[in-house]
Amino acid sequence: MEDEVVLLDFWPSSFAMRVKIALGEKGIKYKCKQEDLFNKSTLLLEMNPIHKKIPVLIHNGKPISESLIILQYIDQVWNHKSPLLPSDPYQRSQALFWADYIDKKIYSIGRRVWMGKEDQEEAKEELMQCLKTLERELGDKLYFGGQNIGVVDVALVPFTTWFYSYETCGNFSIEAGCPKLVAWAKRCKENYRSVSEALPHPLQIYEYVMELKKRLGLV
Amino acid sequence: MAESNVKVLGTWASPFVMRVKIALHLKSVRYEDVEEDLLAPKSELLLKSNPVYKKIPVFFHAHNPICESLIILQYIDEVWTTSASSILPSDPYERSQSRFWAAYVDDKFFPALRRLLIGATEEDKKAALEEVVEGTVVLEGAFGELSKGKAFFGGDNIGFVDIALGSLLGWIEVIGKQCETKLVSEAKTPRLVQWADCFSAHEAVKDVLPDVDKLADFGLKLRAKILKALAPTN
Repeated sequence: MEDEVVLLDFWPSSFAMRVKIALGEKGIKYKCKQEDLFNKSTLLLEMNPIHKKIPVLIHNGKPISESLIILQYIDQVWNHKSPLLPSDPYQRSQALFWADYIDKKIYSIGRRVWMGKEDQEEAKEELMQCLKTLERELGDKLYFGGQNIGVVDVALVPFTTWFYSYETCGNFSIEAGCPKLVAWAKRCKENYRSVSEALPHPLQIYEYVMELKKRLGLV
Repeated sequence: MAESNVKVLGTWASPFVMRVKIALHLKSVRYEDVEEDLLAPKSELLLKSNPVYKKIPVFFHAHNPICESLIILQYIDEVWTTSASSILPSDPYERSQSRFWAAYVDDKFFPALRRLLIGATEEDKKAALEEVVEGTVVLEGAFGELSKGKAFFGGDNIGFVDIALGSLLGWIEVIGKQCETKLVSEAKTPRLVQWADCFSAHEAVKDVLPDVDKLADFGLKLRAKILKALAPTN
């Protein structure tokens, strides 16, 4: 019996991009359904009644929500190639720690940057501090996962397509403060098709952000 | 078997620390218990071993520090596999569901509980109380799904979600008393009430859950400390 894999998606979402990268790395065929977050489908509300959020992975009719949980599920089920997590328990705990750190920080701080309200300066500083912390963690490695991308790379790289929006809305340069991280992002896109295919162009994200700001009455 | 290189840096009052201790008890792993005083400035050991968040628990195994309680639980489950029961299910889908509900406890339920504890105004408290009660009803539903008629979220044995939620029971009781409400009520969440009793009485848990009066007293001091830190400086 062939597997049926469906992804409930929203194209600008960094969290959904993570899942697309993972599915791409594992060579899994799937159907992608675009959601309108201002008009959520019955399917989404049925598959994720608790949070009503994307991404949701539906595998043979069973839904899995929360992107890092989805990544771990994908890694466990399709374990024939491209492992996302290290096999050593300690290395695994460290990878999960950093993926969780990215979850706790980047989205919410980034949002405060592009929204451009009174706390924007504070948010810019916090964002740079987080990215510098991550840059230190990357060190001299090619990827956070070592020689190949792993869960931390997959967790972080989608946000890099939002960097242009953060920079333009906040009037600052991320590359100036974190050149190694920007180089790492480029390396991921150049060497991994799953990454280049999952990430929209930064200008598309910026267009989306400006539309959203208009909608929220921020412009 | 005594493990000389297993250490828990934490405090008796923290539910996140309790999670780690319950997991170690389930696996029959002996450990060194290092107490951090939450009302005092942070220790050197804490600042050095958790530079990113500076929070407890920090779990040490062979001098390697691991932070974040749910990540520690997964580590313990992966390293000590020979004894008793698994904390996480082996089936990938069931595993994902356990992770989902543990994350719900941490991302939704606990923050609402915390807001209820430190709520400065009556309005704040009322909103937080509604969220907490709604959360218990959601968790009652989750219990029905996951337990499949058995005593615990993990089935016959205590598992990931049991530990994640059960570690909060002491605080749930203390905060409930403060608000003069039973947060986990017989009326709305009868299964959770029963589960709470089973969980608290479990061999691996009963010595870890703190005395409620001691916790209530600590809660007042902690609330005062937090509110003082949040107060605008003039």
